[in-house]
Amino acid sequence: MNGNMNLTLKVWRQKNAQTSGKFVTYKAEAISPDMSFLEMLDVVNEGLTHKGDEPINFDHDCREGICGMCSLYINGHPHGPKRGVTTCQLHMRTFHDGETITIEPWRASAFPVVKDLAVDRSAFDRIQQAGGYVSVNTGVSTDGNAIPIPKVIADEAFNSATCIGCGACVAACKNASAMLFVSAKVTQLGLLPQGQPERYSRVQSMVAQMDEEGFGSCTNTGACEAECPKEIKLTNIARMNNDFFSAKLFREEGVHDAKH
Amino acid sequence: MSLDAKIPEGPLAQKWSKHKFDLKLVNPANKRKYDIIIVGTGLAGASAAASLAELGYNVKAFCFQDSPRRAHSIAAQGGINAAKNYQNDGDSVFRLFYDTIKGGDYRAREGNVYRLAEVSVNIIDQCVAQGVPFAREYGGLLDNRSFGGSQVSRTFYARGQTGQQLLLGAYSALNRQIHAGKVQMYTRTEMLDVVTIDGHAKGIVTRNMITGAIETHAGHAVLLCTGGYSNVFYLSTNAIGSNVTAAWRAHKRGAFFGNPCYTQIHPTCIPVTGDHQSKLTLMSESLRNDGRVWAPKTVEVAEQLRKGTIKADQVKEDDRDYFLERKYPAFGNLVPRDVASRNAKEMVEEGKGVGGSGFAVFLDFADAIKRLGEDTVRAKYGNLFDMYIQITDENPYKQPMRIYPAVHYTMGGLWVDYNLSTNVPGLYALGECNFSDHGANRLGASALMQGLSDGYFVIPYTLGDYLAKIGPKKVDTSHPAFEATKKDVITYISKLLALKGNKTVNEYHRELGHIMWEYCGMARTAEGLTKAKGLIKALKADFWVNAIVTGENEEVNASLERAGRIADFIELGELMVDDALMRNESCGGHFRVESQTADGEALRDDENFAFVAAWEFKGENQPEVLHKEELVFEAVHLSQRNYA
Repeated sequence: MNGNMNLTLKVWRQKNAQTSGKFVTYKAEAISPDMSFLEMLDVVNEGLTHKGDEPINFDHDCREGICGMCSLYINGHPHGPKRGVTTCQLHMRTFHDGETITIEPWRASAFPVVKDLAVDRSAFDRIQQAGGYVSVNTGVSTDGNAIPIPKVIADEAFNSATCIGCGACVAACKNASAMLFVSAKVTQLGLLPQGQPERYSRVQSMVAQMDEEGFGSCTNTGACEAECPKEIKLTNIARMNNDFFSAKLFREEGVHDAKH
Repeated sequence: MSLDAKIPEGPLAQKWSKHKFDLKLVNPANKRKYDIIIVGTGLAGASAAASLAELGYNVKAFCFQDSPRRAHSIAAQGGINAAKNYQNDGDSVFRLFYDTIKGGDYRAREGNVYRLAEVSVNIIDQCVAQGVPFAREYGGLLDNRSFGGSQVSRTFYARGQTGQQLLLGAYSALNRQIHAGKVQMYTRTEMLDVVTIDGHAKGIVTRNMITGAIETHAGHAVLLCTGGYSNVFYLSTNAIGSNVTAAWRAHKRGAFFGNPCYTQIHPTCIPVTGDHQSKLTLMSESLRNDGRVWAPKTVEVAEQLRKGTIKADQVKEDDRDYFLERKYPAFGNLVPRDVASRNAKEMVEEGKGVGGSGFAVFLDFADAIKRLGEDTVRAKYGNLFDMYIQITDENPYKQPMRIYPAVHYTMGGLWVDYNLSTNVPGLYALGECNFSDHGANRLGASALMQGLSDGYFVIPYTLGDYLAKIGPKKVDTSHPAFEATKKDVITYISKLLALKGNKTVNEYHRELGHIMWEYCGMARTAEGLTKAKGLIKALKADFWVNAIVTGENEEVNASLERAGRIADFIELGELMVDDALMRNESCGGHFRVESQTADGEALRDDENFAFVAAWEFKGENQPEVLHKEELVFEAVHLSQRNYA
């Protein structure tokens, strides 16, 4: 079933990280407003494949807004113009017939282009590996209800834990800062009793790794919060800064836990 | 070849404890001499990788996504069951075991299912310790809900994103071991074959999805944690990348495939809008607690609704057929998933489907809103309603939702014994990619439980026994079997890349999906299945002549990745049809029209079909050979389901 929207796409094409890229213009024809943005690209790619041309490469997987694999910088916005959704949940009814849509990859030196619209976000994994966990081995025997956690704390930790690691915050930031992403994990674990023993070492390790990966500094502009598809709040960054400064100031005395 | 499930002797409740004691242990100092390969990093894979690395084994983990955190476990919404009995409502390990066996329509092993129920309580403790933010009550204790028609509240959840939170917990444990240097993580790497030496799995062949490099990896054991195969239907609730390739290639190297025809179809999904559609979105079945399912009584009214000349709220009460309430007065809208799905399909086939395509029925909240108020309904289901609005641009507070069933989960998978070992020694299958615990139908909130049970609490014990027996002698890729298997993979890729026909791989996939959905979907007949077999054979032949695969191997090439996966789905589809045809009974999610009760319910044939079907690959284009593992029931009495 085809639709009646005709669009012009300006798409970033780049063979790999070693070559330079350029915009290529495509027509997307007979597009239905019920299609998701990625389904619109599927249609374009089917056409390219039939012509023997190479389809446009982009990252995607679950197509229900939770895996964090899809990206795309659409008309100057990560995940497109609509708030609170990922590209896979953005529908073509958000656009109008005849529109020209510009599609770029995430732009940040810490996210090198893999091919066309796909980038390498392994820096995010390395930041998590540096300390985004509670150090417990499998097989703990403490009952799940042994540590009561006030509902408000559990809910707040959950809000931070909903980060999908897509990288929109970095793409939205003029400094390509990863502070929102890092602070979401630091906040989740910093709020919960399980995360207390490593609270101050965790924040230092994760921030150190973030700096090593070449992400920029935070200047509190808030573009990350505005563009985050999961609406992670800027207050996470405030919490992380607080923990980070506490750690730096009181680290050597070894009493930072008592100060809180 | 005899199939030995290796269920331990002794009373049901003591089997696992006894078995854990009987299993051989690997000396702590020797653990670092063993290399373990784990494919897939969802709940089963990530939890296994972390747990085995913690024990001291060297782990290499692989995923095709750009990060282990993307695995499709992340999309599970509802929750995870555990027999904690925190609610004091009569739950117990035995009750969870019993519900799971019964829910699986008596086609799962008692021993496995009991163990699953037993370790379910440890999973919750483990996840809480990791900092998984489960829902809590005001007193600070863990909250539970009743799920999927269960009569006790044993489901733990984290809003509608339980899978995400559990996966991120397992991912964090995995990250800790990567940081410690005990796990080497390979992302954007796809497993394309298993290497066997003297009948034992000793490694894998992979393709680096960035450079195209075909590489070999050796290990003392290979664990497949690669998920289910719902995408054989083209449209399903699975992620686009979810595929059967790792499991299927293992099958072609000797691992038996268990009960391939057992698939679960979920009744409350958002209907298809057109051919462009790439996947289906599930909405939690909790919606059926308050929503009423109906279709127009007459084809004429349905016709008007399809054309849009009238709206759903204009259909008079007398012209509506609340068909679940009418046919199943006791359970009403809460009948099991397969019953609700099949009835919706029947309505559509009678010409009473609604929506532009006609492939939908209504799920109406008007009465609930009248009874409870819009605010209460919003508090309960707000996020689901928002999702519906987002996708359909319709407001379910004003008009009923349109729903239709979609393929959601596959109970079938690689055959494994009690130790999660396939019949190929050294090759293990965990999580959805094995067949083991859900029988012919899976209960809600049990998939997450099984993935984590296998990875955190079963494999760390059972794998040690095998490793202790084979010893720590180094395995490396210099053995000629590695080069030979690698050569096979390269030849296969060249064959795919040579396809320069006139039909895209996606078109083949869609066609396969149509065949599977039509003839091997919610209701299956001998006639339809026989027809499907012919259609799939023809599709396969056509694929290998007329498909288009663009680009080359030495680059990022989604077209090539896709082509390999679809080729495997086509072969799997044929086996599913064989299995469905062989199983001339109805059970769980497998409904054979020829085998039903007078009320139109699934009718089992315990005398002839109380067995696991394990299929053996015998070579390209050769019929597969069926092996039967008889199911023995000692603790439960087999009964006929009845929801009327």
